[in-house]
Amino acid sequence: MKSAVIVFPGSNCDRDLAVAFEAVSGRKPEMVWHRETELPEGLDLIGVPGGFSYGDYLRSGAMAARSPIMQAVAQAAARGTYVLGICNGFQVLTEAGLLPGALMRNAGIHFVCRSVALTVENRQSAFTSRYEAGETINVPVAHHDGNYFADAQTLDRLEGEGRVAFRYAEAVNGSARNIAGILNESGNVLGMMPHPERAIEKLHGSTDGRRMFEGLTEGLLARV
Amino acid sequence: MKARVFVTLKSGVLDPQGKAIQHALEGLGFEGVNDVRAGKLIELDVADCTSQDDIDAMCRKLLANTVIENYRIEAIG
Repeated sequence: MKSAVIVFPGSNCDRDLAVAFEAVSGRKPEMVWHRETELPEGLDLIGVPGGFSYGDYLRSGAMAARSPIMQAVAQAAARGTYVLGICNGFQVLTEAGLLPGALMRNAGIHFVCRSVALTVENRQSAFTSRYEAGETINVPVAHHDGNYFADAQTLDRLEGEGRVAFRYAEAVNGSARNIAGILNESGNVLGMMPHPERAIEKLHGSTDGRRMFEGLTEGLLARV
Repeated sequence: MKARVFVTLKSGVLDPQGKAIQHALEGLGFEGVNDVRAGKLIELDVADCTSQDDIDAMCRKLLANTVIENYRIEAIG
């Protein structure tokens, strides 16, 4: 599985995501600086990592979403390349229009930094194929602006089309319908606020995130 | 030419910062503060030939997230 991780100024979870990609797929991803205009050839998976790109200036992910590399990422997504946006990466994907809705300031104002229970709502995508439907998993969150918002019509469509990938088992940040992660229409782009790359080895306290990367590796290897 | 762009959350969108400010004002003893919503002011200094459409495009493409925000442009000479 050939993968890449985009790095913006202020990204700080890029290396953890790279470690997760390599630990599970056996292959080191390429780290791609946001100012590049082209991605490496033949990518199966692009990671958009967490952090504080551009210091969260203006809006979280707003300026990163307009970086030169994001045009290439959008084109790759349109061609079916898998894209995984985590935390700030999710914010970047909504700002870039690759996923609907927006992430706002947490309803309770506080920066939330703890392990949360998520239910896996949709196991039809490569991202979630190694989970059971309705399974509860534990994954850490660490964010200030994770409150997912979309208008009622969009929310109904997401639910109706089975595009809610993960839901918080209890209120965490005020997200509409407790949505923690969503898929695009074609199911190859996933954005989520929790950090699965921080739940892949025993030392992390939870290995529940590992199966996302295993599902991707499996699914993408099977595509060749 | 200077232009000022006011970016505010759409009504109906939760503004926890506004609420926090409201509570702080009440804590200072101000009564009758019914609601507070906090927005942003972005001041632009642009070439005189910049059109209203250009500034509008800046707002739509970057300065405001139109999913959750409104914007208002004031051009000042």
